[in-house]
Amino acid sequence: MTIAIERPTQAQIGSSGASANGNGRYAIEADAMSVFYGDFCAVREVRMKVPTNKITAIIGPSGCGKSTVLRCFNRMNDLIAGARIEGEVLFQGHNIYDAEVDPVEVRRRIGMVFQKANPFPKSIYENVAWGTRINGFRGDMDEMVERALRSAALWEEVKDKLQQSALGLSGGQQQRLCIARAIAVEPEIILMDEPASALDPIATLRIEDLMKELSEKYTIIVVTHNMQQAARISDFTAFFSVDDNRSGHLIEFDDTEKVFTNPGQKSTEDYITGRFG
Amino acid sequence: MGQLLRTSFARELETLQTDTLMLGSMVTQALRESVDALRRRDMETARRLISEDQVINKKRFEIEADCLRLIATQQPMARDLRLIAAVLEISTELERIGDYAKGIGRIILLIGPEALIKPLVDIPRMCEIATDMLNQALDAFIKQDLEAAHAIPLRDDEVDALYNQVHRDLIAMILEDPTLIDRTNYLLWAAHNLERAADRVTNICERIIFTVTGEFMEFDMN
Repeated sequence: MTIAIERPTQAQIGSSGASANGNGRYAIEADAMSVFYGDFCAVREVRMKVPTNKITAIIGPSGCGKSTVLRCFNRMNDLIAGARIEGEVLFQGHNIYDAEVDPVEVRRRIGMVFQKANPFPKSIYENVAWGTRINGFRGDMDEMVERALRSAALWEEVKDKLQQSALGLSGGQQQRLCIARAIAVEPEIILMDEPASALDPIATLRIEDLMKELSEKYTIIVVTHNMQQAARISDFTAFFSVDDNRSGHLIEFDDTEKVFTNPGQKSTEDYITGRFG
Repeated sequence: MGQLLRTSFARELETLQTDTLMLGSMVTQALRESVDALRRRDMETARRLISEDQVINKKRFEIEADCLRLIATQQPMARDLRLIAAVLEISTELERIGDYAKGIGRIILLIGPEALIKPLVDIPRMCEIATDMLNQALDAFIKQDLEAAHAIPLRDDEVDALYNQVHRDLIAMILEDPTLIDRTNYLLWAAHNLERAADRVTNICERIIFTVTGEFMEFDMN
């Protein structure tokens, strides 16, 4: 069986369902998820439910496992030698780590945008078309490319130079191209790992605006070191920290407004206000 | 609370608290002096209080500017953000209490140097309690003392009771001799200012509670 994850039917969306996230309220759910690199437990027993069509920010100090957690949500850790997952990651009621699940299909449904824009050394058009082409897209490719570029707020800037190399675009434009490439294959969730950390303030604000727009259609999970950015753009915030064994774990998951004005945990408060001890 | 990694920000937050304390102390002093000057019909002090209200207003604007600068430059979060938001509110409350002292200064000028229609007993007592509440509230603000912030507003009932007593006495005097209506009214205004000052201390306590807990709450003034 190559594709075990099916799109939810209307019946599943409207019902409470047997699964934890099969009812559409949660796009993805980590249940007692731990990540090991060899013997080292990088992330310990994460339980979090990510609401659908919202932006969830993951914040925390360096080494707390933010990016590791993010990569677990579309099996990118499979590509790291020695990485092992325990627990479950439920996507539409299915554990994406079940043996019969095709990781390539997982990554199509749950896309990823990285810290550094990584367009292919091809034309702008091909960057967007590529993913859908290998997925066997049979529709109007021009129309699909335009739609993806418009959704990524890039169309007006590139519509007259679609055949030019993507590498000629500015950093901010390249990042939006990568977002266009991610949404071209119509994922349900977009994971973003520090998507604006390499960009100037104006390009950063454009990406943040774009994320807000995209969250009407997609669930976004974003890892960021920039707490002001997390506070500005996200609906929910997950704060991770490290324990004495250097294992990352989830301290608090709540409405962003609550986390940044009146967090429930002292360690969250200490971190966001820049305190220690 | 742990130690702030941003030492300059920590210092600025301390300065903000100290400045609020200083504003509070200026206001307390003004209120005490105003009632003392009323008792003595001291026109000179009354005129000085009216003019010195500008100094209180200026201090309040300085604190407000500092709050806005810290928000813009330090992006405070959580308790730090709540503290700055509370200082914005508390400095406004203090400035208004300062206005009540100035108002009593104006009342003194209206009354003039002639003898009061009755000896002042309840009004100085109201001032004593209100300024005592204010001092305790400022102390609770610096110590972030939740227990005190809950306890201080209970004393507002004492001030209200005294105000009702003053009100009854003065109305009785008007009924007895309607020609006294202006002069009784002046004292009633002074008492009303003190009653409102105690209410504003209650507001300050609500802000202290907000700073510590993040919860908005309102004391029932009835």
